[in-house]
Amino acid sequence: MLDLKGYGPAILEGAVLTIEAALASLVLSLLFGLLGALAKLAPLRPLRLLAAAYTTLIRGVPELVLMLLVFFGGQMLMNELAAQMGWGHVDVGPFAAGVLTLGFIYGAYMAETFRGAILAVPKGQLEAARAFGMGPLLVLRRILIPQMLRHALPGVGNNWLVLLKATALLSVIGLEDMVRKAALAAGATRQPFTFYFAVALVFLALTTVSTLLLAAAERWARRGEGRGP
Amino acid sequence: MIDVEIVWDNLPLYLRGTWTTLWLTFTALAFGLVLAVPLAVARTSRNPLINGPVFLYTYFFRGTPLLVQLFMIYYGAGQFAWIRNSALWPLLSQAWFCALLAFTLNTAAYTAEILRGAIAATPKGEIEAARALGMSRALIFRRILLPSAFRRALPAYGNEIIFMLHGSAVASTVTIVDLTAAARIVNARYYSPYEAFLTAAAFYMALTFAITGLIRLLERRWHAHLRPHLS
Repeated sequence: MLDLKGYGPAILEGAVLTIEAALASLVLSLLFGLLGALAKLAPLRPLRLLAAAYTTLIRGVPELVLMLLVFFGGQMLMNELAAQMGWGHVDVGPFAAGVLTLGFIYGAYMAETFRGAILAVPKGQLEAARAFGMGPLLVLRRILIPQMLRHALPGVGNNWLVLLKATALLSVIGLEDMVRKAALAAGATRQPFTFYFAVALVFLALTTVSTLLLAAAERWARRGEGRGP
Repeated sequence: MIDVEIVWDNLPLYLRGTWTTLWLTFTALAFGLVLAVPLAVARTSRNPLINGPVFLYTYFFRGTPLLVQLFMIYYGAGQFAWIRNSALWPLLSQAWFCALLAFTLNTAAYTAEILRGAIAATPKGEIEAARALGMSRALIFRRILLPSAFRRALPAYGNEIIFMLHGSAVASTVTIVDLTAAARIVNARYYSPYEAFLTAAAFYMALTFAITGLIRLLERRWHAHLRPHLS
């Protein structure tokens, strides 16, 4: 097998950070995605335009460029803000900047997924819920979200796989994730292929486990559909 | 707020970067497509000795980040003496070649799976009809399966083109001065992240819209027979 020259634990430590960053970005992207989808379907025109601008503009630019913009631009913004407010030095840091950017970017993709899923829920169910006297938030929580989840799950799963792989870019802005740990180990041992290959295998394991879990989740979400006549 | 002069002074740098990005992206896409066709055909084989290795290849390249693939080739190739002593070393020691190789292998894997899906979606009757006419397997692929598979694959392949364009930004991490690297140079020189990265973002966005527009035109042409007749 691969001889990691004692750097195995460091790579694993990085892998934990990679997973944490990916999960945090996922939560954020689901939130942005839901808001984006609701705005896209809102009766108010300015809201729809805003959501359309969000999903179109974000999907036209590479993740890395937006990440660098948020990392360097966000730091500059915080410096100016801190100077005005009389705070000390505020460090944005690669984790916060990276997770915020990835969440915001994949929120745009999630919004498209959720929009389709929401439209797939029969309108009559929402009307029935309103007729029962449920408020808009209760309709969202009890009827719309559980129903649309099963339509959204395949799309969300795909977005998650792309997002997971995009976390590798966080090493470019200096996050000590497993790609960065591999770079350090590669420099010390002069065996770059070994370490980058090891990282690739960890990513492969993560995507494989994700795919299996997603397939199980999709079966679970479809449990009410029956097997047809 | 935004200092236009910085953008204006560095326009040649951005334009050179744009050219590098486009060159890398489309050369990789072209080689990748050429590789993907035989790979997709191999994936449809029932022989596990033909189908299996291609499956492993696409599984690896679609399941790992492009950045890691690039680092494996750019930094990793030099680890092995037999590569350093081979005739390929003059190429493999250069960043542009490593990026082109990584991008080509990556897009070939994605494209092969797109094409495999499109081939699998061919209506059975078309193949049976071709067979009834006495066509050989090779002729069926050439005349029946591949032309309609290409047509069916176009929307998904359009997405792949955009993914590759955006993915090519990682070339900036291995000393290649592409559009992203141009922005990073401007940011480092003037410490002006907004001007530097927003300009690159605008360039990428223009390229994205131009490409999606072209694909839509192509789709309209290739899918003309699928649209409803409006007379």
